Amino acid sequence: MSIFVDENTKVIVQGLTGGQGRFHGLRNRDYGTKVVGGVTPGKGGTDVDGIPVFDTVAEAVAATGATASFVVVPPRFAADAIIEAAQGGITFIVCITEGIPAHDEAVTYNRLVEEFPGVRLLGPNCPGIISPGKCNIGITSGDIALAGGPVGIVSRSGTLTYQALYELSSQGIGQTTCVGIGGDPVPGTNFIDCLAAFEADPETKAVMMIGEIGGSEEERAAEWITTHMTKPVVSYVAGVTAPPGRKMGHAGAIISGSKGTAQAKMEALAAAGVHVCQNPTEAGEKMVEIVKALALG
Amino acid sequence: MDLFEYQGKQYFARYGIPVSPGGVADTVEQAVAVASEVGYPVVVKAQVKVGGRGKAGGVKLAANEDELRGHAGNILGLDIKGHVVKRLWIERSSDIAREYYASFTLDRPNKKHLGMLSAQGGVEIEVVAEENPDAIAMLSIDPLRGLDLAAARAWVDEASLDEAAREQAAALLVRLYECYTKGDCDLAEVNPLILTPDGRVHALDAKVTLDENASFRHPEWEEFRATETEDPREKMAKEKGLNYIGLDGDVGIIANGAGLAMSTLDVVNQVGGSAANFLDIGGGANADVMAAALEVIHSDPKVKSIFVNIFGGITRVDEVAKGVLEALSRVTITAPIVLRLDGTNAVEGRAILAAHLSDTLITEPTMLDAARRAVALAKA
Repeated sequence: MSIFVDENTKVIVQGLTGGQGRFHGLRNRDYGTKVVGGVTPGKGGTDVDGIPVFDTVAEAVAATGATASFVVVPPRFAADAIIEAAQGGITFIVCITEGIPAHDEAVTYNRLVEEFPGVRLLGPNCPGIISPGKCNIGITSGDIALAGGPVGIVSRSGTLTYQALYELSSQGIGQTTCVGIGGDPVPGTNFIDCLAAFEADPETKAVMMIGEIGGSEEERAAEWITTHMTKPVVSYVAGVTAPPGRKMGHAGAIISGSKGTAQAKMEALAAAGVHVCQNPTEAGEKMVEIVKALALG
Repeated sequence: MDLFEYQGKQYFARYGIPVSPGGVADTVEQAVAVASEVGYPVVVKAQVKVGGRGKAGGVKLAANEDELRGHAGNILGLDIKGHVVKRLWIERSSDIAREYYASFTLDRPNKKHLGMLSAQGGVEIEVVAEENPDAIAMLSIDPLRGLDLAAARAWVDEASLDEAAREQAAALLVRLYECYTKGDCDLAEVNPLILTPDGRVHALDAKVTLDENASFRHPEWEEFRATETEDPREKMAKEKGLNYIGLDGDVGIIANGAGLAMSTLDVVNQVGGSAANFLDIGGGANADVMAAALEVIHSDPKVKSIFVNIFGGITRVDEVAKGVLEALSRVTITAPIVLRLDGTNAVEGRAILAAHLSDTLITEPTMLDAARRAVALAKA
């Protein structure tokens, strides 16, 4: 099994006619994802390499039965696109857009919670989600993932998500699902959402969690793991050597005072019984060891 | 983007938040001119983006022109924790009856806004939070509903502000919230918010951090950007759309994505080296961006080797490879470049570089191998 998306998930791409939308939308389809439509206002009736384009999400959903959307539009339009997806009947929204104002994210998140409680938003500013061999929504290169499980991956950083996939796949360890939750201040889906889904998924036997400096999501995840998680978790937190008080690209990746340091996060995770590693390669090696032990057990 | 105090006060004033009359001065003569306009006594305040100005001698009271000339002359050029004072804010001195604290920021775990209000202002709020957490009235604000006057009134009651201050403070807080939201602030903080003996409430300080992601709808931020005193290399990088932070080591770092860039710093450190910088070329960088990144790093004389760590997602590795070749054709880069390329179009990218590999243009299969090689080259 996989979490959130699988081989039956039908996906539309909001922004399919743009450069990034076309490139990644078509790559997702080439991977085997059921990309059934695109949405660009004013371009309804056209197509992108055979994928029909609609003016609105509602039209696209009515025509295709899609339940998931891949939002790849510029920052100033992203919040509206997310709400339009929810209004149009989409229940799983992946938004990769980087650079959305934090206040827009806060409003969008709270609108979704209040008006569309059944809708899950992944991102913004995330690489997306891949259930290897089944469905890839977002910008992750499908060839670095390996189908068949048994590891679930959840990561705050985009490129480190790829790194984690690579470390496992190159050792012959497959993944059930790999979720990039993104590094923005108001992520629609957090570590705990993913850990809970992996804990409930029978095919996921162990979880790799990649965190980074800033915020307190890793610490909160550590608390949750202490009380709820029975499966082994391997973790790496980026930014041990990052100087405090400077923004490291992600809105989230900033340390203020002693809060949110990599050290504090690693200590919290270690205290929760998580295998805390010093770099992505070490995390990959640790996971290989764990998976082999599980297979023997 | 952090604002200077005077910019924060100007920003507050846009939203109708009362501040003391004052003006900026870059010279003693300008300071005298501002003071004669606002009237003595005045407070002379160093404009630096660092805390602890008062203790460092950067805030002084001047009763007359002689005193002002002395203080202004002393404070201009003063080094406060590495920040040299180039500008002063001169404002009319306020009599203070009480000092409060007020701020709005994003409550990330709860995904709401967080207002903090305390009758114990004027000191570091972290200290109050530590020693007497009950002295801070926390208010969780739903972004969909905002802060209205009724809620603000209840809040000032809860924070036990003095009776005389409550009505004005409530109105000020509603405006401050508006400044925080409509003004796209990550942080809007007033410490102290004062009550004067004659019963007026106003902001005596301003700490504002703007969310740069919202700059597309704030053309007025241009003037703030103009005064950002940045490292010239950071400025050059920013103009080219790169996220660069200068550090002290000798291995130049280029990576795509903040997480991978941070991780690259960590790994370089773990294998015994030290990074000269953090540089995230962002998602979807093309050849031009990559070439610009190499040029920025090349301009740093500390750099002995360059580690380019790319895991393509939205960034295409073939574009990165083209950028490397383009940079090499534009400038002579003497430091050896070690590349680790994986992800989207990695095969195409490696193929583009294959014919150009040499002692100074090297590829390594993994992040750790590349880090070791770059560190060894920096030490050679």
